[in-house]
Amino acid sequence: MSRRIAVEINGRAVEGEVEPRLLLADFIRDNAGLTGTHLGCEHGVCGACTVQLDGHPVRSCLMFAVQAHGHRIATVEGMAPGDSSLHPLQQAFHECHALQCGFCTPGILMTMEAFLREEPDPTSERIRSALAGNLCRCTGYQNIITAVRLAADRLQNKGEAAVEAS
Amino acid sequence: MKPAQFEYDDPQTEDEALDLLARHGDDCKVIAGGQSLVPLMNFRLARPARLIDINRIDSLSYIRREEGRLVIGAMARHTHLEHAEEVAQGWPLLTEAVGWVGHAQIRNRGTIGGSVAHADPAAELPAAFAALDAKFQLRSKRGSRTVSWDEFFVSEFTTALAPDELVAAVEVPALDPGTGTAFVEYARRHGDFALGGAAAIVKLGRDGRCERATIALLSAGPAPVRAKAAEQQLRGAKLDDSSIRAASAEAVRGLRPTSDLHGSTEYRIGLLRTMTERALTKAAQRAASSTS
Ligand SMILES: Cc1cc2nc3c(=O)[nH]c(=O)nc-3n(C[C@H](O)[C@H](O)[C@H](O)COP(=O)(O)OP(=O)(O)OC[C@H]3O[C@@H](n4cnc5c(N)ncnc54)[C@H](O)[C@@H]3O)c2cc1C
Ligand code: FES
Ligand code: FES
Repeated sequence: MSRRIAVEINGRAVEGEVEPRLLLADFIRDNAGLTGTHLGCEHGVCGACTVQLDGHPVRSCLMFAVQAHGHRIATVEGMAPGDSSLHPLQQAFHECHALQCGFCTPGILMTMEAFLREEPDPTSERIRSALAGNLCRCTGYQNIITAVRLAADRLQNKGEAAVEAS
Repeated sequence: MKPAQFEYDDPQTEDEALDLLARHGDDCKVIAGGQSLVPLMNFRLARPARLIDINRIDSLSYIRREEGRLVIGAMARHTHLEHAEEVAQGWPLLTEAVGWVGHAQIRNRGTIGGSVAHADPAAELPAAFAALDAKFQLRSKRGSRTVSWDEFFVSEFTTALAPDELVAAVEVPALDPGTGTAFVEYARRHGDFALGGAAAIVKLGRDGRCERATIALLSAGPAPVRAKAAEQQLRGAKLDDSSIRAASAEAVRGLRPTSDLHGSTEYRIGLLRTMTERALTKAAQRAASSTS
């Protein structure tokens, strides 16, 4: 039996008629058309599908779309303030060569955006630990850590809190 | 892969959930954080005909102190436990243990009730609850009962929970002043399930000798293991390297952790002994600094 759900994705109201077994990740990709959220392992290990639910990073492959009814979701598409500018984290990833194929990047950005809101001035040790739930097959992680640190500096210097991606 | 079809209910109250469980019992599964159940469903290793989603039942989501005990509602998330100030103050073993559960993204959804009901022998919280002599409040339409951790954990992924029952809360007794606790484990990568781990609680007497020691092991057998003989051996002893080493050897005596691709039985026994030594040493140091 399908159900009607209403969620807010990146500030936009999205409704849909869904079967209970539809994963939130598939709802975001197929129903809302936001294909920046990637599916790797579909069992919670790789982190590619990480989105924010009410501001907190979660695996969208381990939630059903029906469970998100009435909740607020943020995906990578909502991060940049406009078409011609990037969020400081995205900008730092670009500058530091923190992505190669980019498959892991959206999940990492959604994880790190929330992490920097909680810990605006992390050591590289803390960044490593916060990154542990996201796998990257390409970069070797070093540049990701450099980029997160650069973004942290810029976000702090601007004296502004990380823009909540919504 | 994607999960097979199922019917879905999301009751708003505990009573509604218990009604649904009484009606559907064997054919349905409760879904809490979904961090263990949904991977199984995505692989189609689990194909429940119906899911009863308890995420909308606000009355199950709390952490509070009641008559000195800590009471944790089943739907309290791991993150909630990790950051609760009163838990860090009174039950630091739980704060330390929960930090080892998966990753932040998993802890944001995973629940305390789910960790207990799932009963993974490598899970941190069941072992921590065993060390703390916790009890579980179970509820069904037939009534409520409270069972101790050792009655509850039957074997791997197997508990005393009946098909129509819900884990409602965990009750954790208070620790005496002058007690030190520690939780240690070893995994290949941060966030992986532990190959072996230990929780220790040590209380020192005025003379500096050990008044009480508790040792619980994870990934040591089908359910959390309490090393009673080693605990007995430490009672009244002076805690130093040699008594801790002897007790740790005693703690792993007779254990047969399963041999698999991640580690042989012999390796795992050695690991558990080292984890026990480290947990006892840390707990003893913490007990000493809290009494001095
Ligand atoms: C990548 C990854 C890494 C992980 N690493 C770890 C780890 O290192 N350590 C660890 O301990 N866990 C780990 N987990 C599992 C995680 O901790 C789960 O959250 C936990 O085991 C189950 O909690 P849940 O709320 O998600 O339960 P669910 O997945 O919703 O349910 C699990 C089982 O418990 C039953 N259940 C849940 N709640 C209740 C209730 N209140 N009453 C009755 N039955 C109930 C369900 O029916 C189901 O059978 C990991 C998971 C992932 C995806
Ligand atoms: S696709 Fe969700 S964690 Fe890998
Ligand atoms: S950039 Fe390719 S997986 Fe990370």
